[in-house]
Amino acid sequence: MQKTDSQETMTTDDNSKERIDLDALRARAKDAGPQRMWRSLEELADTEEHRAFLHNEFPNDPEKDPAGTPRREVLKWMAASAALAGLSGCTKMPEQKIVPYVRAPEEIIPGKPLFYATTFVQGGVGTGVLVESHMGRPTKIEGNPLHPGSLGATDIFAQASILDLYDPDRSQVVIHEGRISSYAAFLSAIADLRTNLAPTKGKGLRILTETITSPTLGWQIQELLKEFPEARWHQWEPCSRDNVREGTKRAFGRYMNPVYQFDKADVILSLDADFLYSSPGAVRYARDFASRRNADGTGAKMNRLYVVEQGSTTTGAMADHRLAIRASDVPDFAAALADALDVQLPGLGSGKGKTPAGVPANWIEALARDLRAHRGSCAVIAGEQQLEAVHTLAQALNVALGAAGNTVIYTDPIEASPTIGYTSIVHLNDDMDDGKVQALFILGGNPVYAAPDDLNFTRNLLKVNFRAHLGPYEDETAELCHWHVPATHYLESWGDARAYDGTISLIQPLIAPLYDGKTAHEIIAVLEGHADKTGYDLVREHWKLQKFDKGFDAFWETSLHDGVVSGSALSSVLVKIDSSLTKEESHFVLDHFPGFPFGPKADTLEVVFRPDPTIYDGQFANNGWLQETPKPITKLTWDNTAQVSPATAEKLGVANGNVVQIVIRKGGGARGIEAPVWIVPGQADNSITLHLGYGRTRAGRLGTGVGFNASTLQLGAEPWIAVESIIPVDLKVTKTGKTYPLAATQHHSMIDANGHKEELESVNAFQRELVQVGTLEEFRRNPKFAQEKTETPPKELSLYPGYEYKGYSWGMAIDLNKCNGCNACVVACQAENNIPIVGKEEVMRGREMHWLRVDTYFRGDLDAPETYFEPVPCMHCENAPCEGVCPVAATVHSPEGLNEMIYNRCVGTRYCSNNCPYKVRRFNFKLYSDFVTQSLVPLRNPNVSVRSRGVMEKCTYCVQRIQSAKIEAEKQDREVRDGEVVTACEAVCPAQAITFGNINDKQSRVSKWKASPRDYTLLPELNTRPRTSYLARLRNPNPDMPKSEKG
Amino acid sequence: MRRLEFMGQVFHRSTNTIARVSIYGAVFLIAALGWAVYELSASPYVTDVNVAKDQPVPFSHKHHAGELGLDCRYCHTSVETSPSAGMPPTQTCMTCHSQIWVKSPMLEPVRSSYRDDKSIQWVRVNAVPDFVYFNHSIHVNKGVGCTTCHGPVADMPLTWRANTLQMSWCLDCHRNPEKYVRPRSEVFNPHYAEPANQLEIGLELVKKYKIQSLTNCSTCHR
Amino acid sequence: MGSAQNPPVIEPGYTYASVTDKISSIVLRRGTPRGWYFGFAIAFALLMLLTYAVLWLFAIGVGVWGVNVPVGWGFDIVNFVWWIGIGHAGTLISAILLLLRQRWRTSINRFAEAMTLFAVACAGMFPLLHMGRAWLAYWLLPYPNTMGLWPQFRSPLVWDVFAVSTYATVSLLFWFVGLIPDLATLRDRAKKRAAKVIYGFLAMGWRGSAVHWHRYEMASLLLAGLATPLVISVHTVVSFDFAVSVIPGWHTTIFPPYFVAGAIYSGFAMVMTLAIPIRKFYGLEDFITMRHLENMAKVMLATGLIVAYGYMMETFGAFYSGNGYEKFMILNRWGGPYALFYWVLIACNIVIPQFMWFKKVRTNVAVLFAISLVVNIGMWLERFIIVVTSLHRDFLPSSWGMYTPTKYDWATYVGTIGLFLTLLFLFIRFLPIISISEMRGLVPSTPEEKKR
Repeated sequence: MQKTDSQETMTTDDNSKERIDLDALRARAKDAGPQRMWRSLEELADTEEHRAFLHNEFPNDPEKDPAGTPRREVLKWMAASAALAGLSGCTKMPEQKIVPYVRAPEEIIPGKPLFYATTFVQGGVGTGVLVESHMGRPTKIEGNPLHPGSLGATDIFAQASILDLYDPDRSQVVIHEGRISSYAAFLSAIADLRTNLAPTKGKGLRILTETITSPTLGWQIQELLKEFPEARWHQWEPCSRDNVREGTKRAFGRYMNPVYQFDKADVILSLDADFLYSSPGAVRYARDFASRRNADGTGAKMNRLYVVEQGSTTTGAMADHRLAIRASDVPDFAAALADALDVQLPGLGSGKGKTPAGVPANWIEALARDLRAHRGSCAVIAGEQQLEAVHTLAQALNVALGAAGNTVIYTDPIEASPTIGYTSIVHLNDDMDDGKVQALFILGGNPVYAAPDDLNFTRNLLKVNFRAHLGPYEDETAELCHWHVPATHYLESWGDARAYDGTISLIQPLIAPLYDGKTAHEIIAVLEGHADKTGYDLVREHWKLQKFDKGFDAFWETSLHDGVVSGSALSSVLVKIDSSLTKEESHFVLDHFPGFPFGPKADTLEVVFRPDPTIYDGQFANNGWLQETPKPITKLTWDNTAQVSPATAEKLGVANGNVVQIVIRKGGGARGIEAPVWIVPGQADNSITLHLGYGRTRAGRLGTGVGFNASTLQLGAEPWIAVESIIPVDLKVTKTGKTYPLAATQHHSMIDANGHKEELESVNAFQRELVQVGTLEEFRRNPKFAQEKTETPPKELSLYPGYEYKGYSWGMAIDLNKCNGCNACVVACQAENNIPIVGKEEVMRGREMHWLRVDTYFRGDLDAPETYFEPVPCMHCENAPCEGVCPVAATVHSPEGLNEMIYNRCVGTRYCSNNCPYKVRRFNFKLYSDFVTQSLVPLRNPNVSVRSRGVMEKCTYCVQRIQSAKIEAEKQDREVRDGEVVTACEAVCPAQAITFGNINDKQSRVSKWKASPRDYTLLPELNTRPRTSYLARLRNPNPDMPKSEKG
Repeated sequence: MRRLEFMGQVFHRSTNTIARVSIYGAVFLIAALGWAVYELSASPYVTDVNVAKDQPVPFSHKHHAGELGLDCRYCHTSVETSPSAGMPPTQTCMTCHSQIWVKSPMLEPVRSSYRDDKSIQWVRVNAVPDFVYFNHSIHVNKGVGCTTCHGPVADMPLTWRANTLQMSWCLDCHRNPEKYVRPRSEVFNPHYAEPANQLEIGLELVKKYKIQSLTNCSTCHR
Repeated sequence: MGSAQNPPVIEPGYTYASVTDKISSIVLRRGTPRGWYFGFAIAFALLMLLTYAVLWLFAIGVGVWGVNVPVGWGFDIVNFVWWIGIGHAGTLISAILLLLRQRWRTSINRFAEAMTLFAVACAGMFPLLHMGRAWLAYWLLPYPNTMGLWPQFRSPLVWDVFAVSTYATVSLLFWFVGLIPDLATLRDRAKKRAAKVIYGFLAMGWRGSAVHWHRYEMASLLLAGLATPLVISVHTVVSFDFAVSVIPGWHTTIFPPYFVAGAIYSGFAMVMTLAIPIRKFYGLEDFITMRHLENMAKVMLATGLIVAYGYMMETFGAFYSGNGYEKFMILNRWGGPYALFYWVLIACNIVIPQFMWFKKVRTNVAVLFAISLVVNIGMWLERFIIVVTSLHRDFLPSSWGMYTPTKYDWATYVGTIGLFLTLLFLFIRFLPIISISEMRGLVPSTPEEKKR
């Protein structure tokens, strides 16, 4: 929040800023030599403002420079003095104006929200969403129940995407060579370009996009290529699914799109795949997976999950058996498993005797037996960042195990034109180098920042005569292009996209473009010479070409309304292993990794690259909600780190926050970065995880200069794993002696307990029975195991007669067996309840504002712990300790059992927070809510007060939703029905782990959940009688698994 | 010795009385001050009660609702369905005033608004703070008449605030609704007069309309 | 009456006149000693620091302090309790010892009371400052309002408001009533007209008539009777702020007695800390004699032992109760991140004061001064331990945190000491620090008294 008012001090997005002289820069880079490490062009250029950044990350933090008291402080002064003047209690309300419409639009009823269906696109893959709109202002994203990729839920990215719409740092004008220009000027420039290109059939015209699944855009580009046959279309993005595609091609002879149906799978094996969190369809996968974690009731058959992975992921935390091995060992593991299941692939060496180190004896055998036993009802999934060889094996295993067609179906690719991004960008890069590229249109994406460093993409880009960039921000790439055109946000655009299973959904705008942005559709149309065509025209034009039995208009209406094109899911294709693939056709396995499988190797260190769990590939770097969302497992905010296992940390002699220098030498060149270490329990030893997306130099006032840029170390040939056993690299990790402050929302203090490393917090958490865990057998033997461990004092013990709740009485239940700690609830809550962000410094002080947090605890040896998640909202205790101590009755209990917090009555003694055993209350220590930035005003939920400085706040069970549901019911003279009140966290949860409702209604879902024998509450012995209760976590281990496993 | 002390007499005897009076007086003075503050905070100066506001167009509820008998909902369309009663768009005015009083200079702002598509900026009369979430629809559906809160609108040539809209005022009705509710049929009747036996009628209606006395905070504060 | 073996409460050879001269001259003599200006300058500088810290606090919010979730209270409440505690000795000395007819109290009660007032003034600031929205503090008072709301009388913070304000009022009255005869003396002895008028105004027409003296005695006695229970009640109520909550380390029934004892402990320590330099500086050794210091030392020893017992019971209770949270709390105090403070506290409050068992120590001014300082520090640490270590690791380990004071925390703390000293310096300069009238009462008048 300190950062939202920092225009005075930060001028990166100010166009008047002096541009970097690139020739001088290149010169400096040369004489700096290969040894010199640099993170960004600006650092190299060493401009004034860059130095300013490095030294002053939080320009307006009052703690730091009381002198530089900016405008906001003045406002606070005024606020304070005004309030003091109000002491007499007779402040006069200012005169307000009412400004009605001149001509009222029919559909809008003032004060009532409307919902529209549209599509959120990430990595090219669409997820259907319903967007809440107040008086024409989109304010909240919900999932679209009709969309297969959503079923009503979304992930954190879709939730936070609404903030990007209102981001004050979005690019707002057309830029030409660093100066403000106009779209008209751009159009005339293109017109000239077209005349130059016409004779040469578009020779030298290149278009670089990210993965495109949009049928319309695909069609448009094909049309363009018809006009300019010599032109080329390149697709590349940092976190692509190249390996998945390539793996299927290797296995089946052509590109395929595997679609998993985990609701049908009894046994699931994940080969380094975080499929519950970070893959297209993860939302749906989480839902299907969770639907099989239910052990209540008879006949419920719980699935079993094996995870073999390098890092600690949310998927790993859900595993019944987890094995942590280096990412570079996973291929060998896959080969060994294939061997154990007698799956042979010509061209791939046998895994015999090449079982990687760290795999317990008989582990693979036991796993293989289990998979065999569940022929046809098991599934093997490989991680997107794994070598495509692993994908090939995974698909081969699926076929061999009869999963193909049952738990895994294969469809045609969802991409408009499936491409291997790596080869695509390499070709572009080489052509640019050879001066073959006359004009380059970068439609979306930020290759200058994200392209693997060893491509020298930046250097080659500057050889192109005409460089145009379409993007939401004036970012690193925009800076180096002649033209930059602001892109529209998807809530401002027309378009379409395919879901993970190929289902098509339309994108319709909720609001007119705030800054006259353009879509890729329109830019392509301009290249085709149709500057007049709008996105709307183009999308309709494309769809008019298709055949519809009920006619186009019917199709258009229903598709827009439902948010999906019915029956557009790609149909399942029968597959058979086809290894006729020649060396030329496949580009990875055969020529890059002759030695596969690589065979056991000494504990050499590897560096693994991953998309960041909250800001992905960097496109969300300026999104405050995502920056401040505690990353799963580590609970870190506002930074990326070099993540290592406890053992490896010991080996390197580093602790949390120590800065290490990581240098990778390949051939002549050496690249390096300095990164703070974070120790992650359960990560594979001798493996360092670096997350992409940070170290942006032109992200905006929040994202710029935060963290380090891991892609500096990435190698184009194998972007995800850098280890000598796979490609000849020389990896050096050295301590620098520096330390770097990191902001984690949960403390982790390591101690020695029961003869091995454990975490003090977790040890206490389990002593205090906060997380109840049992195995399936234990549960079958004694269903009430969770309740028996704790005891709730009987009501009669109290001196006072308990309050009798008539009518509604609201309650919540959270199923720990389903929750996979994906944080969607946290961000949804933030969006629904106008929760401010506070910035890194404040998080470090322990002042984060999230009403709902996901506690993370580890059980057992930190080298291979079990990981547990526990979402903690307000408990809404029936005997709430916070209520008695408030001197002004600002927090009180409602007859419906809500623990109410009344901001406007709060005087801010913080006594309630001190006295809250669950510490779910949050305090506005400073003026966190941004009352200054105009563009953020329309974002706010009008039904929730925006809290000012000095007041307490906390989870309200989304009381605004309860009230409106009650009012609607009352007006129709009926009771509120079960499921009519859906809290933001419940609505968004992909795993459906949260349910809310009236516990007086015995038929309500929440009552049924609370009736489960697994139901328990936190700290029952305090007799607070929480309304939020938990369902114990169950594990479903394989009895004949060796006990000594890692994880 | 003692006598000596009495020589350098600084204060006249009368000051003793002053001292006494001021000591007792202080008590009353403080009390008076408190009372004054309280009075002020309830005075029209602060609450705007009974202060008619000048409007760009001197719109008369007296004429339209009272004499012509236009239904409240003709202009405040969303009052039964939405939290906000809704302010009429210029369109609504023009439905009639494109036919009658087309030349009236008084109505020029309306016509110009319609002509050049610029909203009329009315001065707000009834307002609650931002942290109060008032919902018109539920009140009118439960038999709270327009005039119960907005006063004798039918007699207002220029509109003024009829009640303080202060919390204690809201609570008065929320604590005992029977004192104010009326039959649903009468809700939009601007001339409705409270019957002599309001209390017993009220109690019946409270039962009939299932009116709860909602005084928990989140009813209005969220 | 001082019995034979006790040293006298006033050195021999004094007459009414000489007593009056000696004391009143401190106020009325021409020119102020350099030392006073020096001390006052420092105190005032610190007071300005407080002003700055508070202005910044109001500009930015309590966020300028180190407080957070879980540690919602930090220096603010620590200082509040500490100052209130210090504010105890004054009234105790003047009221309770008056009722107990302890004549030795005479020479120290005046500035002990003054100290009380100033300490309470400092203490009173913190409940206001620590609020997120201090300008709404008046919502804690029950008064008819347009919201139709009352304060929440179940909350100890509301009790605080009444307890502290009552205590402040009564102490002020008590102190002022006691001053009246001396103000009259000053009025009569003052040379400058301005002084005459001001002192005269404050003396409220005191003529020292029999009636006046009679009323004076009555009033003092009544106020003493009124103040005595307040001494106990204030800190009891303050202790409820913690005892009423559910937090391990707060939720304990032993708090009221142990807080009151602690308060008197720190109160006497502070009186000692002030008395020793003052008597040295103004050469009042004859009035504030070794006997006073020794008595105070004894009181400190006694109350110190009560406090020690409090700590002991707290620990015992934690283990005896078998309550896991309580046990963890104690172990965390012993070995947690703030363990050092805990052990320093034990040293300051329990170990070191035991030296006062020895008469040698009790009669050694320098050592007594040192001990009194140590105890002041110790008592501050006690409050820090209670407030911070109890909060920073409570029930849910996920929300455990640390508390680090910022420079504004320190500025506010040091600043209030500045306020305290400033007031004290002004008091020393403009009012008699020892009750002239009562000292006169100690001057031996009968022959056998003279013989002693």
